[in-house]
Amino acid sequence: MIKENSGIRKADVINRRMFIIGAAKIIIFTGIIARLFSLQVSENKKYLTLSDKNRIREWKLPPTRGDIVDYFGNVIAGNLKVYQLHIIPEQVENFNYLISRLKTLLNLSDKKIDKIVKLKNKLKPWESIIVSENLSWSDFLKINNFLYDLVGVKPVMTISRNYPFSDVYTHILGYVSQPNEEEILANEIVQERFVPGMKIGKLGLEKTLENYLIGTNAIQRYEVNAYGKRINQLEHQKGKQGLRIRLTVDTEIQKACGKLLNDRAGSISVMDIYTGDIIAMYSSPSYDPNKFLFGISNDDWALIRNNPLKPLINKTLSGLYSPGSTIKPIVALSALENKIVSPNFKVKCTGKMELYGQTFHCWKEKGHGFMSLKNAMKQSCDTYFYEVARLLGVDRLNVTAEKFGLGKKVLGDYYDYEKSGLFPNTKWKKNNLGKGWVLGETLITGIGQGYTQTTPLQLCLMTAQIANGGYSIKPRIVVNNNPMSLEEAKSKLQEETLHGQEKKLFKDHKNIKIVQEAMFSSTNELYGTSYKSRIDNPKYQFAGKTGTAQVKRISMRERELDLKIEQIPYKDRDHALFVAYGPYVNPRYALSIIVEHGGSGSRTAAPIAKELFKLIIDRDKLRNKQKNFEEIDI
Amino acid sequence: MFQHDRLNNELSFWQKVKALDYILLTSIFLLSTISLFVMYSTDGGEILYHTKSHFSKIIIFFPLMIFISFFNIKWWHNFSYVFYIVIILLLIYVSFFGIKSSGSRRWMDLYLFNLQPSELMKIAIILCLAKYYHRLKIENVNSLTSIITVLTIILIPIFMVLSQPDLGTSILIASSALIILWLGGVKIKYFIYSFIAFLISLPFVISFLKPYQKLRILTFLDPDRDPLGAGYQIIQSKIAIGSGGFDGKGFLQGTQSYLDFLPEKHTDFIFTLFSEEFGFIGSIGLLFLYTIIIIRIIRIGALCRSSFARFFCFGFAFAIFIYITVNLSMVLGLLPIVGSPLPIMSYGGSSMLATMIGFGIVMSAKVHSQQTIV
Repeated sequence: MIKENSGIRKADVINRRMFIIGAAKIIIFTGIIARLFSLQVSENKKYLTLSDKNRIREWKLPPTRGDIVDYFGNVIAGNLKVYQLHIIPEQVENFNYLISRLKTLLNLSDKKIDKIVKLKNKLKPWESIIVSENLSWSDFLKINNFLYDLVGVKPVMTISRNYPFSDVYTHILGYVSQPNEEEILANEIVQERFVPGMKIGKLGLEKTLENYLIGTNAIQRYEVNAYGKRINQLEHQKGKQGLRIRLTVDTEIQKACGKLLNDRAGSISVMDIYTGDIIAMYSSPSYDPNKFLFGISNDDWALIRNNPLKPLINKTLSGLYSPGSTIKPIVALSALENKIVSPNFKVKCTGKMELYGQTFHCWKEKGHGFMSLKNAMKQSCDTYFYEVARLLGVDRLNVTAEKFGLGKKVLGDYYDYEKSGLFPNTKWKKNNLGKGWVLGETLITGIGQGYTQTTPLQLCLMTAQIANGGYSIKPRIVVNNNPMSLEEAKSKLQEETLHGQEKKLFKDHKNIKIVQEAMFSSTNELYGTSYKSRIDNPKYQFAGKTGTAQVKRISMRERELDLKIEQIPYKDRDHALFVAYGPYVNPRYALSIIVEHGGSGSRTAAPIAKELFKLIIDRDKLRNKQKNFEEIDI
Repeated sequence: MFQHDRLNNELSFWQKVKALDYILLTSIFLLSTISLFVMYSTDGGEILYHTKSHFSKIIIFFPLMIFISFFNIKWWHNFSYVFYIVIILLLIYVSFFGIKSSGSRRWMDLYLFNLQPSELMKIAIILCLAKYYHRLKIENVNSLTSIITVLTIILIPIFMVLSQPDLGTSILIASSALIILWLGGVKIKYFIYSFIAFLISLPFVISFLKPYQKLRILTFLDPDRDPLGAGYQIIQSKIAIGSGGFDGKGFLQGTQSYLDFLPEKHTDFIFTLFSEEFGFIGSIGLLFLYTIIIIRIIRIGALCRSSFARFFCFGFAFAIFIYITVNLSMVLGLLPIVGSPLPIMSYGGSSMLATMIGFGIVMSAKVHSQQTIV
């Protein structure tokens, strides 16, 4: 009985205590359900996002750059399909064998092999190694033929920048190449769109117009696993090609410039005198920008960098030269405008001029005799301009020169390396050199020597503004949807002049006319300095002014020796310059030519103008007819 | 007396079959089936190693459970101490000759599969204590001798499992044992005292923890302190469960597991995969199934005449509850990560064997519910 009792008591205890546990269980399960509810129902969105973040990864593909075309729509910077060779390590059966096969097939260097092996050890096995960025078509075919033997190799087709005219546009366009970290960080848009292997503009318009040209990335979304391996593609979002940019330049003329300079150091620029369109802008010697696309080889780079003619410098914009006698139209104009001289003012040239014990020589030792303004310009008499400059004074000359664009950047926004040059005055010298102006300096400034430094494009602009009757124009190199016909440009100039904007660079129109006539006589009349380069056909007839800029002071002894150009060391030879505009009746184009150390302007530079003008004027008709400008805002 | 004799008589085979608890049986069968589908999903929707192996274990252990239930509960009572001692011997064997894997010696090689004796200890300790309290007079429950005896029974296996080291299993063994003590009538104040003593000794205990265990506790407190290292499992587990949403991503559509973001998805984190694919609804359903099993076992215990059967059923029901609670709390980020499988669902032979033996004994108690044990 006692035992039975104890059994019942035991059962009571068990049941009572089980009840307590049961209650605890219910509470705990309720807690777990509450937790499930909060995770799965209340916070579902948050965790769904996190899960998508886990599994979806985006791959940006390099954007396609916009084309750059010339005035006629010819592509001068485009995109080309290139063939690349990738290795996907995880698919490779025998890496060493594959590498040795590729080495013999493609003639890879040992250095390149080392690089590939290093890359392989660094990358994840499913990330592809780029063996060759730019495979030639024959190599690509070879690889395709042996593909059965090259497990894990993937021939890939992609798009790369291409400059079809190789060295013709190098200095205008610049080039693209792989950016370094600083360059990526410097531009927010590049930073956002950058993907490895992408190239950005390093120089020239490619650099300045980067944000228009760059285009947007194509995006591929993949589902990836925990180790980052792509499992399948979810969607592909197409990118937009960068803007197509149309320049003012004419490829035929640009090419001709290159041919005429023929690898001599120098520059040619051609400009529309009404619209300011730059028709050509060639700096010589040039180089092939395509070489920079996939990283230039050391040998090629050394060849370009060590060339004494400095192909890396865009001489048109950042080459600084004394204008020499090409400044004389401005000196004459300034003197006329300031009523210092009249066209009939005469000076007797004896071949030299004595002033305060210093002798100033005319280029013609025997002297020109009595010279009027027109004759002085025609024969480029230095003595005449010494005297005019002396009467005029450098400060008044400076005002006129700066009005016509000397001492200021021409295309400043587009080329960060453009130089502004210098046209001195007394104040400048005081401020910068700390010394007072000396009268002798005025004299040599009057023949374009001394402190004056100009870029070839400034001289071209100066000539254009004389040619168009003395109106200020704004040179441009990008047209896009804003071409201007001659009439539009003329009426725009007139309208702006009427509305009081400072477009008019002269006080009396007659003065411009006198200078124009003087320049005409210089090319087209007997004894003119560029008479030999004249074209008689009125269709092509042009007016110009030669210039010969001394590089070093000529000593007395040298003067007596009267050396031929071949007898002078290259570095000491004069720069040959020529500025011109044409056709003389109804002028349209101005140009400036500089041949470094080319000797005299009339012998070296002026003949180039003769060749060029024929082409420029023949192309004029085509240019006026050119239409289909697409809508591009820039 | 006569009635007693009749009831204590051996039942015939068909009587036994008829006496099985079919609700419990069906629930277990359903759970096994679900676990097979989930295993199929962890294999990425293919019948691969884990699915095949899990299937073969169910095929062997499910009949084993029914086989066990045909043994008289009295026999299990008599066998309890032997079972306990055998497992202790196995634990000793394992600590010397066991297979070492990821830093701990837990397994012995049985050719067919690797046996983890500590899992069987979860059942053995319940059996052993159930027998002890069955035989102990209620007056003596709180006597010093009995308390010391009981503590010895508990602490020997716990010490051995802890030294493997296997914190998770030893916690589960300890909690199963404590519940029998509680049911046996040990005074509440003893529980309270020992809880206080535990709290006081906690810093001391923590200093004895292995570095990886300390890290787990720190990680539990703040998973984001090392999201790609120690916190990775729990963060990914929460993402998987949370992203499952109300009705889940669908069978075989769990991206977290399919794309390998989930660690240990076959074993301890199997619920995570289930919850990701079947959502809140599915999770509640699974919990409901477990609840039915637990309630059913408690009911069977309540109907048993013998205290031994009652102790065992209640103890085992509670043990199942603890396994589920610890596992779910862990994957839901409510508890630090300790290795603890989800009964039947998780991949692993020993755990399933132990659970099935437990169910078998419960079933035996049902079949022989009128059996008295003297």
